[in-house]
This record gives sequence, C-alpha cells and structure tokens, in this order.
Amino acid sequence: MGYTPDLLELIKQVEKTRQIRVARKKAGEEFPALTLDQRKIRLEKYHPDYRAGALRELKVGPSKGYTVAQEIADQFEAKSRIDPDKINLNEVHYETDVLVIGGGGAGTAAALIAEEAGAKVIIATKLRHGDANTMMAEGGIQAATKSWKDSPYYHYLDVMGGGHFENDPFLVKTMVSEAPKAIGWLESLGCMFNKWPDGKMFTLHGAGTCRKRMHYAGDMTGAEIMRTLRDEARNRIKNIGVLEFAPAVELLLDEKGFCSGAVLYNLETEEYFLVKAKAIVMATGGSGRLHMQKFMTTNHYGATGDGLVIGYRMGIKVRFLHATQYHPTGAVFPEQSEGLLITEKVRGAGANLVNIDGEQFVFEREPRDIESSSIIRECEKVGKGIPVPGQKGKFGVWLDSPMIDMLEGTGTVEREFPAKFILFKRYGIDISKLPMLIYPTLHYQNGGLEYKSDGYTTVPGFFVAGEVGGGVHGANRLMGNSLLDITVFGRLAGESAGKFVKERSDIGKLSVDHVRQYHKELEAAGIVTDRVSPMVLPDYTNLEVKKRQLTTTYVGSLR
Amino acid sequence: MPAVAQQSTEQIGTLNDASVRTDLIPIFIMGKQYDVPSTLTIQKAFEYAGYQLIRGCGCRGGICGACATVYRLPGTAKINVGLACQTVVQPNMYLTMIPFFPANRAIYDLDDLKPDAQTVLKYYPELAKCMGCNTCTKSCPMEIPVMEYISAALRGDIEQAAEISMSCVMCGICAARCPAELGQYNIAIMCRRITGKHIKPRAEHVREMIERINTGRYEEPLNKLVNSDIETLRKLYVERQMEPHNAPEEWTPDKKDYL
Repeated sequence: MGYTPDLLELIKQVEKTRQIRVARKKAGEEFPALTLDQRKIRLEKYHPDYRAGALRELKVGPSKGYTVAQEIADQFEAKSRIDPDKINLNEVHYETDVLVIGGGGAGTAAALIAEEAGAKVIIATKLRHGDANTMMAEGGIQAATKSWKDSPYYHYLDVMGGGHFENDPFLVKTMVSEAPKAIGWLESLGCMFNKWPDGKMFTLHGAGTCRKRMHYAGDMTGAEIMRTLRDEARNRIKNIGVLEFAPAVELLLDEKGFCSGAVLYNLETEEYFLVKAKAIVMATGGSGRLHMQKFMTTNHYGATGDGLVIGYRMGIKVRFLHATQYHPTGAVFPEQSEGLLITEKVRGAGANLVNIDGEQFVFEREPRDIESSSIIRECEKVGKGIPVPGQKGKFGVWLDSPMIDMLEGTGTVEREFPAKFILFKRYGIDISKLPMLIYPTLHYQNGGLEYKSDGYTTVPGFFVAGEVGGGVHGANRLMGNSLLDITVFGRLAGESAGKFVKERSDIGKLSVDHVRQYHKELEAAGIVTDRVSPMVLPDYTNLEVKKRQLTTTYVGSLR
Repeated sequence: MPAVAQQSTEQIGTLNDASVRTDLIPIFIMGKQYDVPSTLTIQKAFEYAGYQLIRGCGCRGGICGACATVYRLPGTAKINVGLACQTVVQPNMYLTMIPFFPANRAIYDLDDLKPDAQTVLKYYPELAKCMGCNTCTKSCPMEIPVMEYISAALRGDIEQAAEISMSCVMCGICAARCPAELGQYNIAIMCRRITGKHIKPRAEHVREMIERINTGRYEEPLNKLVNSDIETLRKLYVERQMEPHNAPEEWTPDKKDYL
C-alpha cells in the first residue's frame, strides 16, 4: 500500500518548493490573504452552495419561502413516521423532567447541568451515547483565556468575520463570553488539555483567528471532551438515564402548546415508545449524512438532521440552512480513507496547500468556505489539481504536512497528530515525510433551528443546543467554535430546562395535532411523495443488492 | 449469490463474476461468504453486501470505537483485531464485529478521588488479578501498550497510565480478550480524569479570564460591537492585529484597549 508510483513522482514537485516555503514561513512571510471583496467573489464563483440547483425554496412549514439545500428540503417535505390517527397518546412508556434528544456533546452537557439543577433526565440517542460529531472533532476548542493578548472582544470579531457578519450578534456575544467558563468546566471534569508544566494551556491559531486561542488535546480534542462528559453522565446514573438506539422521530405537544415529550423509535425491535417530559432539549447535531450534492462527508453515521425535521414540523423556524460547510481538507487517498477529516490544526501548525506543480495557491488560514472554494477553483478552473488514482475525473491538492516537522522540529507531526499519524501509517504513508492528498468534504451544518442565548425557542418547554441550532456561526463556522458551541449552549440549555421544569406545573393532554396539520399543509402544497422523515440512517447498500431486497422500502428496516 | 461454501474455518471462497466490479474478493462475515471489492474497509464491505448497520457503526473515522472487529486469515490460528471502519478487507478473511462488551465500570465521584493505586484498586479490585499475559496489548487496534498502563495504574503512577492510554477509543477488544476479566478502557478513563483534575496543575489563566469577565470588563465593548453596523465591524475586523504564526507565547498586541 501507500502512494502509487505516479503520486510519488508528483510529490517530488512538492518537495522541490518545500525548502523555500518553509524559509518564507520562518521569516514571517505569508501567502497574501484575500480581501473581504475578493472573498465574496471567490465564494460566489466556486462555493458549492452557489451552484445552480443547490438550493430550493421550502413550500411548507414555518420558514416557507426560504431556500435550503435540496437534500434538507426533501426531509422537510416528507411525511411523519407516525400516523397521527393511529398512535395511542394515552400509553406513556417513560416519564421524566428533562428529555434530552441526542447523546453527543451538547446533549450530554445539557443533561449534566439539568441534573445539577435537580432534574431527572433521560437522554435518548440514535446510536450509542457519544456516537456524535463531537467525538470526531479534532483540532480544538476556541476561547479567549489569555488576558495578556486576547479577550472575548477579539474572539467576537473573528466569529463575525468568519460568518460574513451575518451571525446573530447576541448568540455570538454569549458564546465568546461564556467560552473561558466552558474551558474551566471541562478542565474541572478532568479533560486532559495539552499544557505546559505550570498548567498553562497550549493554544494555536485556527483559520480566521487573530490570536492563538485554540485549546486542544492532541488531535482528538472532541473525543477527549465527549468521553469525559459521557463518563461523568454515567457516574450520575441515578438521575441521568440513557436510552441508546432510540432516536426521537416526532415531538409531542400538550393542549396548551407546550412541548411535552417525544416519540422514540427503538431501532432494534422497531417499537415506538412515548416519553413524557416537562422540558425537551433538542441536541441531535448535524446532517452531513444527507450528502448534499453527493459530497463525501466527515460526519458520523447518524448525522441525518432528525432534530431539524421534527423541530421544523413542530413550528420552529430555521435560519442559515442555505449555508453548508465544506471542510477544506478531507482525505481523498487512499480510497478507504475517503472523506476522512484532516484537522485544520495541520494548517494552523503551518502546512501549506500546494498544487500539482508544488505551488502554493491560497493562504492556508483563510476561513473554511474561502479555503474550500479556493481548492475547488484550483482543481476545476485553474486545472492544477492532482488526479486521484483509480477515480476518473476526481482531483485533489496536497496538504504539505512535512513542513510542520521542518518548522517545529522532527517528531512534531507524530506528537501533535497522533491519531492521523497512526491512521496513515496503517495505509503505508508517513505524513511527517509525505504530504496528504485532500479535497473539500461536507463537514458542518452552519444553520439550523432558531433559538436564543439561553436555549429558549418559540415553543415553551423546547430548548435547542449545538449543531441543530442556527445563528451563532452565521453562514460559516470557524474551526474550534463547534466544540465551544456545544459546550456553551449545551450548558445553557440544560440550565434553562432545569429551571423551566421547576416552574411548569402539569403536562396537559398529549397531542400530535401539529403533525396532522403539517400533513395537510403538504397536501395543500401539492407535495405528493412516499418519503418519510426523519431519515434516521443513511443507506449504503449497493444497488444490485437493493433490487433483491423485496420487503424493504425507502430505508433499511422500515416496513 | 456467491457459491455455497461449507462453513469450515479453512474455507477458501470461490469468486463469481456477477457484478460489474472486477476486483471482488471473498470474505466471510460471521462465517458466511460475500464477494466484495478489494479496496473497501470491512465496514463498507458489510454495507456493500447488503447489511444495514445499526450496531457496529459510529464515526466511520477510527475514533469512536463502535466497530471493534476480530478476524482470522487462512492457514493460521492467529486472531487479528481492527476497527471495521479502518481495516481493509483481505481475501478469505473470517470475521465478526464485537459491537458491545459488558465490561465492568465503576461509579465514582471524581472530586473524592485521590491520585494513587489504592483508589484504582478500590474501584477496580480486579486490577490485582492481571497476570501479565500481554494479550490486551496484542489486541489493541490503536497499538496502545495496554498492559503498560495497567501496570502503571497498579503501581499508582496514574499520570503515566493516563498518558499511555490517551489515544484509547474504548472499543473494548482488550476487555473481550482479557483472561483476568479487566475492563481496561474503563480503568484508563478513570486514570485520565484523575490526572486532568487532580494531578496536572490547573490553568490559572483560565480562572483569571473568568474573573475579568465576571467583573463586567468586556460588557460595554461587546455591547458596542453587538450594536455596530456591518461597515464598522468590517473595518474593525480588517484592522485587528494578527498574532504572528511564530510569535512566542508571551507576545502582546500593540493596542491593549480591549484586553
């Protein structure tokens, strides 16, 4: 295994220019960054969101008339998995104070804080507790914690600039002000951030940051955060119950219009269960597994946007869903690593992006959408992409990781990127000596359900946290702000839900009228479809096999 | 359908040419033959064969530990291990996933834990039963020297146990193979949390910043930004001073107004 002879030959072009590029970097000379106006043009010409046919107008629901990715519109313009006329709302299987939907970072943080407020909590999650994009976040978590050079003020400017100044300013203010507290909280739970011997945390640049404020735990920051939060939740088993393989497929209201629970679907037995709760925290994360425009994705297996769908159906508006984030550096070779995230920290540490001739064509720390658009331009317009072996018509560019050892000393790549180093070693590629072949990959749902800083939404009893929500990142999230988002807003939603439970008296008669209404609206809009949503799991069965699967429809085991 | 094969552990599969892919190889999923493209990971091979995975699939990127897999190749008794999402299929591999293993997990209050061997032994007394066979190390798909961190924990060197086990994905193969019935990965995370909380010095700069925020120092400057129009923000954004890539940790900006 390893690189093909053709690729090894092409790598020589990268090596030819490497010395000079390293010397320039050491001298503090960077490739010129694009101006704000140039950024705009680059996006409009090359970003996948701007391609003809990428988006379509929603015909139904609270954000009717707003345009979102086709794949998300398909999910919105589909029927519920439950029949409102057949479901027995008198048979409640679980009752709790707070129901958290989604067992990732935001959900678990919310569960912990709600529990501390005295609430009994159930976490319902589609796969295992912790199977979430949080687990896969690699590079780090932003927070202005170094007062001699940084503050929430500068963090605020960076977040807004990254999001093209369209972000919800109140959410941004909350996030950057709460950020140091989030780091302190994670540290107090035992997260092992990389530190100097005196306890000071290491921090690095990320794309679009003006100060080095990326805190990290090797190249598995998200995994460290996720497994720590999960471990803590498991220690509180008396008050935090976890239902795994039980995604929520519909929300329940009561007659007063308060959110009052959810319908869960046991993936293994195909039973549906009702949970009644005084407060619901929606934290189902993103939707990369919808594969917008057939892009490969870095997202975990369950990222199918379930929370978006059932929240929308219940009447919560969406925003910034027209903007999908393509991470600039997804692996494209070898085939088995396709779509795999190569953390932005590699570029933060100084690795250039170079084309087939070994030329640098973009500043490596542009915001993600600009960086991705520039790679797409280099391959599609300039024509200096590197052909991906065995995949006709597919191109990539080099991410020159060996520069890092030359800049920071031999052994840095292995020490700072242990997970990726081992992974590529398995494929016979030493990334401290050879560059990686990369191309943009579907990474993040910039937008989502509308919510306020404290997690509140327009439906009482319904709170939102993390990637399923939209607004804080505007149209483009910066690296290190998603782990921050889930921690900050997870905690705040948990706090709000905990308080709300105490103030809420009783739950009225349960209702799924909103589903009935939504079905009528679909009909009135002339949408005739056999689609049901949420999708729950993507289907990767090959077509030949599918033809013979006579008893299944649409996905997997839906009968 | 692939040719009907005996479910012998020495079965060598027979190829068929029914598919468009020309690089199909036989593998045996839980003893049953499927022909799959040779470049796929075990996980994608399951899906290619027609499985809709529910268990045994999480991040698909080698970090969540959902898809622990054991396999054997013809002509040898050796049991190999890997993550299904990271391991490429090989002809005639004989495999199964172990998506769950009921390892022991202690319930504890992190605040109360002392960083020593007694603590670990109190919550995981089975630690003392480790017989040093090294099967755990040999069965770790992340190539962690598992037995070394178990020894470190037993010696009371919690910090070393934490550091050695840092890249653990908690897939559970070590526990599945351990003759002393240890749940190594659960012991490891307890050591890491003790280290992060009680051994490593606390980051005081984080507390300092929290204090500053609590005094309301940034409230007014931030509110000003919240109420700024786009043009003002763009200007402030463009003018913000960049900390150079190679700047030392102590670097300070020229303008200190909003620090």
